[in-house]
Amino acid sequence: MTEYIKLIDLTKCTGCRACQVACKNWNDLPAESTGFTGSLQNPADLSYNTWCLIRFDEIQNGSGMNWIMRHDACMHCEWPACVKACPSPGALVRTDTGAVVHDPNYCIGCKACTAACPFDIPRYSAEQEKIAKCTLCYDRITDGRKPACVTACPTGCLTFGSKAEMLSKADARAAEVQGVVYPRNPKYRTNVLYIMPRAIDVAQLQHTNPNPKMPTTILWWKNLFKPFTLIGMGAVAGAAMLHYMVRGPHEPHGPEKKEGGE
Amino acid sequence: MTNHWNDIQHADVIMILGSNAAENHPISFKYVNLAREKRGAKLINVDPRFTRTSATADKYARLRSGTDIAFIGGMINYALQQGRIQKDYVVNYTNAAFLVNPDFKGPADLDGVFSGLNGNKYDKATWSYQLDENGVPKKDTTLQDPNCVFQLLKRHYARYDMETVCKITGGDSKEYEEIYDLYTSTCSPEKSGTIMYAMGTTQHTYGSQNVRAFAVLQLLLGNIGVAGGGINALRGESNVQGSTDHAALFHILPGYLQAPKASQQTYQKYLEDNTPKNSDPKSVNWWGNYPKYATSLLKAWWRDVDPEKSYDYIGKYDDDVNYSTIPIIEQMASGKIKGLFCWGQNPAVGCPSTRLVRRALAKLDWLVAIDLWETETAAFWQPEAGVDPASIKTEVFLLPAAASMEKEGSISNSGRWAQWRWKATEPPGDARDDLYIMSELVHRVKHLYEKESGVFPEPILSLSWDYAKAGMDPSAHHPDPREVAKEINGFFLKDVVINGTAYKAGQMVPSFALLQADGSTCSGCWIYCNSVTDTENRLMRRDNSDPTGLGFYHNWAWCWPVNRRIIYNRASVDLNGKPWAKDKPVIWWDGLKKTWLGDVPDGGGAPGAVHPFIMVNHGHGQLFSPGMTDGPFPEHYEPLESQVPNLLSKQQESPVIARYDKAVQEKVCDPMLVEGAAACVFGSPDKDRFPIYCTTYRVTEHWQAGQMTRWLPWLGELVPHMFVEMSEELAKEKQIRNGEVVRITSIRNQEGILAHAMVTPRFKPFTVNGQTLHQVGMLWHFGYKGRVTGAIANDLTPLVGDANTMIPEYKAFLVNIEKVRR
Amino acid sequence: MNVSRRGFLKLAGGTLAAAGIGASVGVKSAHARPSKIRYAREVPTVCPYCAVGCGIIAHVSNGKVINTEGDPDHPINRGSLCSKGSALYQIPNNDKRLSKVLYRAPGSDRWEVKSWDWALDKIARNIKDARDKGFVRTNAKGQVVNRVENIASLGGAGLDNEEVYSLVKFKRALGLVYLEHQARI
Repeated sequence: MTEYIKLIDLTKCTGCRACQVACKNWNDLPAESTGFTGSLQNPADLSYNTWCLIRFDEIQNGSGMNWIMRHDACMHCEWPACVKACPSPGALVRTDTGAVVHDPNYCIGCKACTAACPFDIPRYSAEQEKIAKCTLCYDRITDGRKPACVTACPTGCLTFGSKAEMLSKADARAAEVQGVVYPRNPKYRTNVLYIMPRAIDVAQLQHTNPNPKMPTTILWWKNLFKPFTLIGMGAVAGAAMLHYMVRGPHEPHGPEKKEGGE
Repeated sequence: MTNHWNDIQHADVIMILGSNAAENHPISFKYVNLAREKRGAKLINVDPRFTRTSATADKYARLRSGTDIAFIGGMINYALQQGRIQKDYVVNYTNAAFLVNPDFKGPADLDGVFSGLNGNKYDKATWSYQLDENGVPKKDTTLQDPNCVFQLLKRHYARYDMETVCKITGGDSKEYEEIYDLYTSTCSPEKSGTIMYAMGTTQHTYGSQNVRAFAVLQLLLGNIGVAGGGINALRGESNVQGSTDHAALFHILPGYLQAPKASQQTYQKYLEDNTPKNSDPKSVNWWGNYPKYATSLLKAWWRDVDPEKSYDYIGKYDDDVNYSTIPIIEQMASGKIKGLFCWGQNPAVGCPSTRLVRRALAKLDWLVAIDLWETETAAFWQPEAGVDPASIKTEVFLLPAAASMEKEGSISNSGRWAQWRWKATEPPGDARDDLYIMSELVHRVKHLYEKESGVFPEPILSLSWDYAKAGMDPSAHHPDPREVAKEINGFFLKDVVINGTAYKAGQMVPSFALLQADGSTCSGCWIYCNSVTDTENRLMRRDNSDPTGLGFYHNWAWCWPVNRRIIYNRASVDLNGKPWAKDKPVIWWDGLKKTWLGDVPDGGGAPGAVHPFIMVNHGHGQLFSPGMTDGPFPEHYEPLESQVPNLLSKQQESPVIARYDKAVQEKVCDPMLVEGAAACVFGSPDKDRFPIYCTTYRVTEHWQAGQMTRWLPWLGELVPHMFVEMSEELAKEKQIRNGEVVRITSIRNQEGILAHAMVTPRFKPFTVNGQTLHQVGMLWHFGYKGRVTGAIANDLTPLVGDANTMIPEYKAFLVNIEKVRR
Repeated sequence: MNVSRRGFLKLAGGTLAAAGIGASVGVKSAHARPSKIRYAREVPTVCPYCAVGCGIIAHVSNGKVINTEGDPDHPINRGSLCSKGSALYQIPNNDKRLSKVLYRAPGSDRWEVKSWDWALDKIARNIKDARDKGFVRTNAKGQVVNRVENIASLGGAGLDNEEVYSLVKFKRALGLVYLEHQARI
């Protein structure tokens, strides 16, 4: 099978959030009850039911300003830390399309992946006792369709194609707009790439990781305790050990009454 | 739109002002980005606030709400001073060379007004041309005569120098200079610039003149009729183009025919008044065909009645009285309107001064709302609306309607493409499509008049209403929209021979050129004639091939007129029929075959045979437009509510706007106050108590008055709350933190409405004439019904409209803001 | 109607089941649920929100709309949509949609469910009574005007062309002059 890349050209995003709704539409994800967040970003963060999100950053530079809208979803790593950390066979899989897919039938809700992910993507539902995240619409791309978010994107910000094609497209576009490709790290490859606009550093944007890498704890864990993962249940305790605080959701300002959605 | 969505890709410069296209017409950015990628086009955005459109623009500049004419006037002045005009186009295709009546005087002479002002109306006698013995305007093609349109225009806009403009708008002269330079670079014949505008342009007391200013600029630059040019109104509702074409408006009949006035007592007088004459052989003067279209319309409505007689059936409106939405509100409030239908419209949220609107609804005997949802309008009697249901005597019917996928029919987009929608599923429960509902009402009202007779029953009894499939009883079967589409197109009523071709009764009329004034054809909307043929409903076409490569898609659906994708396209070629722009020709003349190729050409004949602007009497693009009620040139005035004096003249606001707020104040408000509802207090703006400019607008995630989005969980999730955007400076002054709840008040609503403060550097205070002025902006999507609810912005807006169209001034009014202390 | 579908990705559509050894990175494929629209009927429609006129495909199965997404053949949107257009599925599938004829009597604090016949007859009666009572034959100047001033109609921009045309015809035949829609606001 072909390996694919989703390219996100931030010079073209108008923040219409078609991707965000198209994702919910295709994946049958319910709306969340949201509050006023103080910006257009809503829901405030990714969640079990929100697999992609447009994040809005207002960056003032001198007299002018940049208003960056960023499609944030799973980066579909080539060597995914989540898969590496996952103790339950089949719950998280990197497929040869490049999509890293979770399977709720095998997920044991240990949250090891949430701790391991360098991009803070998989989200846990206490109610479902499982994690969920973007699958790169694995069921669409294996059916000859583009991912729902890419299909919906009106401006050309999101594009999708074979790895070779998209890598050269990314380089050409970055050169054209004098921006950079992120993450373009030979030591940490992903099947999702961004074109960062000129004058914007990735560190200025919320919920990014300028230097993604496989957590050393994962390597250590995998090598030392691998036998336990095969046995099974020890994983839960092990994962809890590894768990560290990820960036929390933005606290909604404003009213106590939450009216959004269902 | 003079052009269409795909055509934006051909622009060299795109200027978006009075529109937030990225948010409200997101798909347009597919073509904005295509133009940037393929042509290296630049995007200009000018807006009071920094929007999602601004975020992607190459050049962004600010202006204070309501100062568009100053900004564009400055650009027109720049173009004229710098010689940035397309000279051949201006001389041959516009009325620049026309000589105007020497008695005409403009604001430069009369301190802000035009000659003929009498009270709040203009006597337009001097707004006329000097005519030769044939009635054709005299011209000076050297453009030197002091009375020629070009010189008058130059003098008018000489007052719009950069310093004055920036003083008025609060903009930055360096940014403006760059934008003026960039945009006027499209005066080169090979280049084109497009203006994308929307309600930010029109929702002012001088909204029509804002559009006129765009037209003047575009004509000077030679940007009308060409690919990648035009003035493009980005229309907001899926079929607002179609509902305008089919004339759900008091002053017109389908196809932009005029609604009859009381002074037009006979059909003959009506036709005389509306059929312009022109003896210039090169003037196509298309409206000279008026009687053919009017008669065909009357025959579509009353098939078996002589048009002289059926003309009497249409209500005549009093010549000097306005019957549009704002007067409807006033008439309802004063108890004169007893019954109201709302077909998918939600005036309790979407009209101006909505507190007054909701009180006015309570004066109705009955209200019929046809909708997909329980709207604020249908629910105006409920406690959520802040009223006691027992006190409201209106009887309310709420009829469940079918959604777009639950019926079939066509809608016309902003680019005039009429596209068919097929039925995918049944409506829920008892819901029915609107055509069924109105058809049932027609049959039942007919039946009542048959049974009981009544006042003037003829128009109802003889109304042709036979939309059931052929051979079926129309009163017993569901009306078929395909049959209605045939009537809209029109068909022959008897066997006729025209120019040697025989047509049988019942055959579709192939094009409006074949409509007849003798009653032998019917056509419900002449501009749609050619949409349905004997073999094909062209609205259903789905061939997306593009043989010209220019993005016309002539075989996809159909567009009026006669499938012409760019109107006024005769102006895209020079007098020899050669396209001004070689790399993006719209039409071109094939000298061998003696025919036009490319798009469907506007007007017939060889190159140079006709003037290109076939719909205007003299055939020339109008730099000078005597048809306007408020002046032949756009002139800057302040909004009705403004903090600053007009820096250009002593005329503060447009002198001819109709003040319905005053009428309501005198006639309606006081009794309402007695009833215990401090519903409306109008009158002069109180600049000290309400010092902040406010504007209202939409976001991508919601739509209009909200009934189509606030009930959808996924959209409610995205924007769950009413908010008001403001600058960090204003927030600091008022000690407001981001996200806090604030109260916004206006002179019409001193109790105010509540909203969350969105404090953002995207808003900045303006310095206008040395004074610091704050501007805030609110969403107008919210109401008290829906999965997500919030305050109604229009509870604050003024009941005043544009001098030409009566579109309300939603975009600039004065408010105050205070933090809600808890 | 002629809907041509082109698969974007020239792929073998089959999904290869992976063995339950997903814990290691080298696994080639995963269980994918079969695409929910593979066997659905495709019905073309046009977005009901703004006036760009984007094409949308409604996927219909057993008479129900099971999915909506941008029409890839449509020359304007080429399959893309905005957030509103992407949410269209929730219009036909929405428990808040009106599905009954509702009537609120004068002074009442509640809706009552009624039949179409009952409501349409009553509305027709209201129209006739108001028209007969308020019909204006001549204006103050003595000109024949034949108009009805006590009934108004708002709306039409959300209707189909065939509907709004019929609406205007109906209202003009009654003699209405207060006939307006969203273009005026």
